[in-house]
Amino acid sequence: MLHIYCPHCCELREEEEFHAKGQAHIARPLDPDNCTDAEWGNYVFYRKNPRGLHHEIWYHSTGCRKFFNVTRDTQTYAIKEVYKIGEQPQVVAEG
Amino acid sequence: MSQKNRLQSGGRIDRSKALTFTYNGRQYKGYQGDTIASALLANGVDIVARSFKYSRPRGIVAAGAEEPNAVLQVGATEATQVPNVRATQQELYDGLVCGATNGWPSVESDMMGLMGKVGGNMMPPGFYYKTFMYPQSMWKTYEKFIRMAAGLGRAPKEVDQDEYDAVNQHCDLMVVGAGPAGLMAALTAARSGARVIIADEQSEFGGHLLSSRERIGGKSAADWVADIVEELASYPDVLMLPRSTVNGYHDHNFLTINENRSDYKGDKAPADQVRQRMHRVRAHWVVLATGAHERPLVYGYNDVPGCMIASAVSTYINRYGVVPGNKLVLMTTNDSAYQTALDWADAGREVVAVVDTRAKAEGDLVEAVRKRGIKVITGSAVIEVSGKKRVSGVTVAAIDAKGDKVVGGAQHMSCDTVASSGGWSPVVHLSCHTGSRPVWREDIFGFVPGPTVQKQLIAGGINGTYALEKVLAEGVEAGREAATRLGLTAADVQLPNVRSLSEGKAMELYHIPHTKPTSRAPKQFVDYQNDVTAAAIELATREGFEAIEHVKRYTAMGFGTDQGKLGNINGMAITAKSVGQTIPETGTTVFRPNYTPIAFGAIAGRNCKELFEPKRFSAMHKWHEENGALYEDVGQWKRPWYFPKAGETMQQSLDRECKAVRESVGILDASTLGKIDIQGKDAREFLARVYTNAWAKLGVGKCRYGLMCKEDGMVFDDGVTSCLGENHFLMTTTTGGAAGVLEWLELYHQTEWPELEVYFTSVTDHWATMTISGPNSRKLLAELTDIDLSNDTFKFMDWREGSVAGVPARVFRISFTGELSFEVNVQANYGLHVWEKLFEHGAKYNLTPYGTETMHILRAEKGFIIAGQDTDGSVTPHDLGMSWCVADSKPFSYIGKRGMMRSDCVRKDRKQMVGLKTKDPKVVLPEGAQAVADPKQPIPMDLLGHVSSSYWSANLNRSIALGFVKGGLERMGETVYYPLADGRVIEAEICSPIFLDPKGERQNV
Amino acid sequence: MSETLAPEKEATVTVAVMNQLSTAKDVRAESPLHHAELDKLASRNPRAGGVSLRELKLLGHLTLRGSQQNQSFMNGCAEVLGVALPTLPLTSVEKGSVSIRWVSPDEWLVVLPADQAFEVERGLRAAIEGHYQVVNVSGGQTILELSGPNARDVLKKSTVLDVHPSQFPVGKVAGSVFAKSTALVRRSGEDTWELVVRRSFADYIWLWLQDASREYGLVIKH
Repeated sequence: MLHIYCPHCCELREEEEFHAKGQAHIARPLDPDNCTDAEWGNYVFYRKNPRGLHHEIWYHSTGCRKFFNVTRDTQTYAIKEVYKIGEQPQVVAEG
Repeated sequence: MSQKNRLQSGGRIDRSKALTFTYNGRQYKGYQGDTIASALLANGVDIVARSFKYSRPRGIVAAGAEEPNAVLQVGATEATQVPNVRATQQELYDGLVCGATNGWPSVESDMMGLMGKVGGNMMPPGFYYKTFMYPQSMWKTYEKFIRMAAGLGRAPKEVDQDEYDAVNQHCDLMVVGAGPAGLMAALTAARSGARVIIADEQSEFGGHLLSSRERIGGKSAADWVADIVEELASYPDVLMLPRSTVNGYHDHNFLTINENRSDYKGDKAPADQVRQRMHRVRAHWVVLATGAHERPLVYGYNDVPGCMIASAVSTYINRYGVVPGNKLVLMTTNDSAYQTALDWADAGREVVAVVDTRAKAEGDLVEAVRKRGIKVITGSAVIEVSGKKRVSGVTVAAIDAKGDKVVGGAQHMSCDTVASSGGWSPVVHLSCHTGSRPVWREDIFGFVPGPTVQKQLIAGGINGTYALEKVLAEGVEAGREAATRLGLTAADVQLPNVRSLSEGKAMELYHIPHTKPTSRAPKQFVDYQNDVTAAAIELATREGFEAIEHVKRYTAMGFGTDQGKLGNINGMAITAKSVGQTIPETGTTVFRPNYTPIAFGAIAGRNCKELFEPKRFSAMHKWHEENGALYEDVGQWKRPWYFPKAGETMQQSLDRECKAVRESVGILDASTLGKIDIQGKDAREFLARVYTNAWAKLGVGKCRYGLMCKEDGMVFDDGVTSCLGENHFLMTTTTGGAAGVLEWLELYHQTEWPELEVYFTSVTDHWATMTISGPNSRKLLAELTDIDLSNDTFKFMDWREGSVAGVPARVFRISFTGELSFEVNVQANYGLHVWEKLFEHGAKYNLTPYGTETMHILRAEKGFIIAGQDTDGSVTPHDLGMSWCVADSKPFSYIGKRGMMRSDCVRKDRKQMVGLKTKDPKVVLPEGAQAVADPKQPIPMDLLGHVSSSYWSANLNRSIALGFVKGGLERMGETVYYPLADGRVIEAEICSPIFLDPKGERQNV
Repeated sequence: MSETLAPEKEATVTVAVMNQLSTAKDVRAESPLHHAELDKLASRNPRAGGVSLRELKLLGHLTLRGSQQNQSFMNGCAEVLGVALPTLPLTSVEKGSVSIRWVSPDEWLVVLPADQAFEVERGLRAAIEGHYQVVNVSGGQTILELSGPNARDVLKKSTVLDVHPSQFPVGKVAGSVFAKSTALVRRSGEDTWELVVRRSFADYIWLWLQDASREYGLVIKH
């Protein structure tokens, strides 16, 4: 049970208020029609599964209904950073 | 019945409150303040269980959560049965009924004991795997007998009448354990102004001080505890939870506490009160002050009733006024256990000898024992116990300095109780729950909590700190550190004076050697509950199970309801020695929640019976109830399934409802459809991006059906969206998809296209929606509305605003049945009123309410899909034969477009949706049946696709089905076969999915 | 009744606004808990208890969406509603019979007498320029008011929010899980809490509240 800071409600809330939406920072290709099958497949299907820092999207479904980013350590479940959509993470994996 | 082991005075029991209880069908007496265990010991009951594998008689060993043997079935009635209750933790109440959970026919004379007797080595580790594996079909028979012979309690057969619940708690500091360290931590934090929760599994706060004769700050330990508890109670933001076991420690300092609120009062909770309560705690900081469990030593026949751990013996004497025997032999590797000899002697009973495994014994307590004239035998050990149902004596022999072998001659001593102490094991369980691996400390011969990412502090016994003055100091320190980390000013707490003892160095010893090798020595038990012996562990390592996790699983060590609290460290030590490693090299198994077993009721809380799952109702639900609807669960909604009349079968009801709609008029409660109000100048552009079809030219006052795909090109929802204004749309979704679609729209808007000016708000619950469908629907509605319903002004796929039954309404001329239909939307507060008015006027048209099943049949007659039934996330619009609903010419590459272009999605032989007519029109295909080209081919057959929807159509007087067939759209008229599990093969012809009115004339009248 | 222009002139309609309230005499409006007959329970059940429940029913509920950066939106709302939208997260304002709950940085819930909903929506649409949304959601939700010394205990059984006075001052608003449903919780007084719940879940929450408050004694108020 994670304790997650919502950057819009500006307080820590319980995990059951949120939905996890998977890996963050996957931009939709601007010209899908001209993507190769490999490029499109990569966008739609391929996701990282790191041991360590992972940038994720979460949705505050029972609260403000806003999506935001969470940087979480997949080993310890520690949340390192929370930041709004459109922002870039300050805490990133090395290398 | 006399309490022959009860002392005349002393202890924390109330001798003025005598209690009667029943154990194994016999009545006994105890006192208020007793546990079942202390009362049984007071009454001289020796045997409380038969062991799981060998059916050996077992007695009470411990006085707390670590007890492996005294695990009882409690409950006076069938409904109040509770299995696996630790007698050492269950407080006694008047009228309590309990019994041994195993033993057949009884614990006193157990048939399986014969087996244990006959074959001492009949059941080595892996016995069940090796013996009962073959033939596999017989396992259930074996299992029944094995479980009857030595079970572990049973669940009640009747419904539990008690109430359980859960409470969400938040605090600055959660203190686990209310012994000296925990109390000091809580007090310090409370004085610093923190919100504190302190919980302890025992009935009173104080931890081991409750059974201690120490003096603290010039007061008795009990008085000192009482003063602290009184002060803690004076802080409004301190929550004290006695009888509350912290059962789990989860991520981000989330803890679960099981509070026993009435199990100590009686068989059943008082009226309107909760029996057990789960506290779900989110704590900023946690102090673990869980103390330590004393380790028993592993020696020959150490399971004979009368063998106990030393501290438990002291607890029974000091806390309960019970001396569990007459003649004591104490074996120890350390100084602390000497207190037990003093307690025993002070209780007026005989200490035969203290057998110290160390060559030299010289601490303050040792001297006190010697001064009492008690015999102390050093450099020796109890290598074997004699006696069957109770200890009758011990064999003591000299051992070498390392404790590896017996070096001297053996002497026999008669006694009835053996207390042993191999030192202490910190209670690291909760720390392990968070994923932290404990670390071995050479100086204390024990594991302490390892590095953690939790905001966690530890104090006292869990930290390997056992001297009272240091324990108190660590408690204060933990409280101060938590307060400081919380941003509070840490309060000063004066440490009370306590006596300081000099202690001799303890010896590291777990397994007492015998004159014979372990494999031939009398059984030396490590895990009592699972009958795991030292020899079994050695055998496991010889058979190649060297990793501790493998040893655990092969021998079943630590698998009991006690989870190896008493035996695990001894087992690890024996494993390590057997494979020639150190304990840290061997490592430890870790502990998982729950710390002690917990009732399912406490986990379920209020989420059971009618509150198990929310039932969502529409505004017209009361009418459905009054008119006999049966319901279908759609998500959490209760939707009318059909409305049977008296004497009708389900099929008869459906036939009647289906015909009524096609012949006159029916009405469906469609309120559950998801509805999303969309406003903004880019609303239209947004729709074009999320739907597969075109939206640019949909005029105000018009409606359009749309399909939604995911990026992979697969359909995930559908519905009608209406243009309410240039910048205003009302989207409908499937009932089950409503929340998911709104989240989907928000996801794309917030993360991909924030520049589009559009807002989405759910209005699902706001509008009550009733679909009036059938050739007479216009006539009926006309009686109640001011809207011009004529086909010229109010065309198919238009919507109009007006009044219906005096209520402002939006009416949509859309159809899912293929009939002339009007969907009336009114604010839900008026829903029932309008519905009833329609029925007042509808009688003359035989207005017939219909449910989801009829709706499904009617739409299938028209070949309309249901997203989620005819789609499963692997179906493109083209696969559904709905290419007409795809507009690839749209300027923006809408969601799903590129996905549908993938090579796999344009294969000609994809499974495509078609209609299916069975050769025998009376036969209805089962949904899920798989099509094959040749039913005579060998299994596994080449499957062509499945039936997704299948019904009896009363209007067509035959069966109809929709299903998927490879390349089906090109195979009209071909025959496929459906071999069923019962051996039948159904033959069907591939046809158009539109079975009725292919030109759509009925809805255009 | 209708603001929507005739379909023939549809091109000029940007947003459909509709007075959804019936003025007809024989029309019956029913709140989501109508079937629970709280009025009868209230008269039949006058005993004391630790928790009181009242349905604040058939009120007007308007969802407002708009950007705080849009001055026209912020000013227009303040002007029409008589009080500025609260911009501090998780706060609410109240003036006369109007209360406004912060829901999100760009969403508010305005609760007002039902017969004002249409006029206010029209007023807002006349006053605001730029991008915004006003949606009448009055039929889709109701407000349950919990009060009394044990109201907080019942909330602790029902929601994961921290409702301690130091964390949940009077006026605070938070949307969260409520039992297995959801609610927008507002502390409206020292011992008084308002739950905005969805119509379809109202019966479930009513059953839940009866169950969770049994040990304290539940008093129904009307």
